[in-house]
Amino acid sequence: MTTMTYAQAIREGLDEAMTADNEVFLIGEDIGEAGGVFGVTKGLWGKYEDRVFDTPISEEALVGAAAGAALLGGRPVAEIMFSDFSTLAMDMLVNQAAKTSYMTGGRLSCPITVRMVTGTAGATAAQHSQSLEAWFTHTPGLKCVAPSTPADAKALIKTAIEDPDPVLFFEHKMLYNLKGEVPGELDDLPLGKGKVVRSGSDVTIVSYLKTLHEAVKAAENLESDGISAEVFDPRSLVPFDREGLGASLERTGRLVIAHEAPTTNGFGAEIAAIASESFWGLLKGPLVRVCGRDTPVPYAPELEGFVLPDAQRITESVHQMMKQEVATKA
Amino acid sequence: MTQPKEKLDKGKLLELYRKMVLIRRFEEKASELRQAGFIPGFLHPYIGQEAVAVGTCAALEASDVITSTHRGHGHMLARGADPKRMYAELYARQDGYNRAKGGSLHMIDTELGFLGANGIVGGGIPLATGAALQLRRKGSKGVAVSFFGDGATNQGSFHESLNLASLWKLPVIFVCENNLYGEFTPQDKHQPIRDIARRADSYAMPGEIADGNNVLDMLRVTTEAAGRARSGGGPTLVEAKTYRHRGHYEGDMGRYRSAEEVEEWMAKDPILNLETELLQDSRIAQQELDHVRDDIEEQLDAAAGFAEASPHPHPEEALEDVFAGSNRAAPS
Repeated sequence: MTTMTYAQAIREGLDEAMTADNEVFLIGEDIGEAGGVFGVTKGLWGKYEDRVFDTPISEEALVGAAAGAALLGGRPVAEIMFSDFSTLAMDMLVNQAAKTSYMTGGRLSCPITVRMVTGTAGATAAQHSQSLEAWFTHTPGLKCVAPSTPADAKALIKTAIEDPDPVLFFEHKMLYNLKGEVPGELDDLPLGKGKVVRSGSDVTIVSYLKTLHEAVKAAENLESDGISAEVFDPRSLVPFDREGLGASLERTGRLVIAHEAPTTNGFGAEIAAIASESFWGLLKGPLVRVCGRDTPVPYAPELEGFVLPDAQRITESVHQMMKQEVATKA
Repeated sequence: MTQPKEKLDKGKLLELYRKMVLIRRFEEKASELRQAGFIPGFLHPYIGQEAVAVGTCAALEASDVITSTHRGHGHMLARGADPKRMYAELYARQDGYNRAKGGSLHMIDTELGFLGANGIVGGGIPLATGAALQLRRKGSKGVAVSFFGDGATNQGSFHESLNLASLWKLPVIFVCENNLYGEFTPQDKHQPIRDIARRADSYAMPGEIADGNNVLDMLRVTTEAAGRARSGGGPTLVEAKTYRHRGHYEGDMGRYRSAEEVEEWMAKDPILNLETELLQDSRIAQQELDHVRDDIEEQLDAAAGFAEASPHPHPEEALEDVFAGSNRAAPS
């Protein structure tokens, strides 16, 4: 076991993938000698100079170059410095990479990994803070991964790179400095396997990325109030661990979904639909979403704090959910 | 300056002719088959531009790769694709190149390094640039060719890719087929320049103008560009001046073009051009050209027959291939 940050863990994962396979290369803006705006690729340029490509500020060209190389057997990892800038590469992501396998009848695939630097870093405002995962989970052909801990980040970046399909790897800026234990010998972690981060019996809180840690804090608050909350981290959104969700609901019968992305049509809506379609009989009452409010992300800390979900809002929502249930039964 | 045809052996000249006629007749027949109800989807015929694809592909080697456009049948046939499997794809049948999942706009043949037609204008340009990066990373002498039209040169993907390819001296040939119309809009209404080759200057790469209705001129210019790319000299932008004889797609009557303009370009038909030249060559007789045409008719009749006999896909096959490795049939 080694203690390292989330950023270091991603770097180690990239490093190990590059050592294992010469086809793995990195491409992005300022990722080379500079090591990336958040320092995730620091040191890799020195170690693999011919496999770390600094590009002009041209998101479409850099994702397209990754996709084109992948068509000929490359295993590129592209970095989108702020996932907001993926708007400039949408054609390559959505019309090209995502559809390669399908529209060629499986004769070609496009195994790119795209690192999407996601979420607020605090006062980063509307064009550098978005959580855009639902745009991509809504595009068949893309896989979407969202690790919340250093150990998961390291394991899943390697899984993403080895995957034969395009994988969008959502990493949260405010987790980069989060420290955690990472085993020296990591077991392979397949996509689509969630994890119960904290066990409980009254309510399941499903969350990922930074909000997962808010959910854990909320669960701690709730425990002192006598409510036992289970926290479930799906770790990847596509594929999604339906069985894991079902097993948790079997234990708790109540569902709260929390994520930083706006509520409406966020991935939480899909989780809610899965729960209603497949696990209706397990639910004791209506589920609750505690997600970003339906606004762009504002600049002022007090505005941002109002818009994005935190432990307090999750805690209050669970209390309200339990109260309403009592009221309904009475 | 056209490459003196005397330098080419007779077999090669006849092969250029054969490919051009094959494309012309493939497209004409596809149009008839579509009207007869055999082909359900879009067709964007390549008729009139045959010299661009055939001249360019004649300059290529087996290790080279191509990205194409919505008007891609010509590029694919010029590269040597099988008309049987192409018609089968257009018919939306199981033996099609893409197992009936793609149709005209998405056809591929990976064995020929044909990385796909593309439904997005300018969509293939970044992919070709990335393919060139991978070819170079692997130490291959291969080059990537990206075909696109004049309309695509107003897309960001064109400018971003030319910048990157030139910066990194990647082995790419950007072949712009300037057929004077971006869909229905004439060139003078969609960009303030006439010679697109000039845009190469902004990216410090050679920009060459070729006669896109003259297969030998296309061969000359692209051979030079391919040589430069293979020897580390980086990309070239080739502008092929040409014209599509038909509308943007089958069914477009092309009323936005004057009869005079169409007539003027019909007189510059690339196949007639080549026929005239070939018949001036003492080595080639009319019967040989007739023989080539007869063979093509037979080949295309057989191809359409093959497509018609090919099974329809099973509806549930729609659920396969969203992700790699999810097709029950062995990949080929």
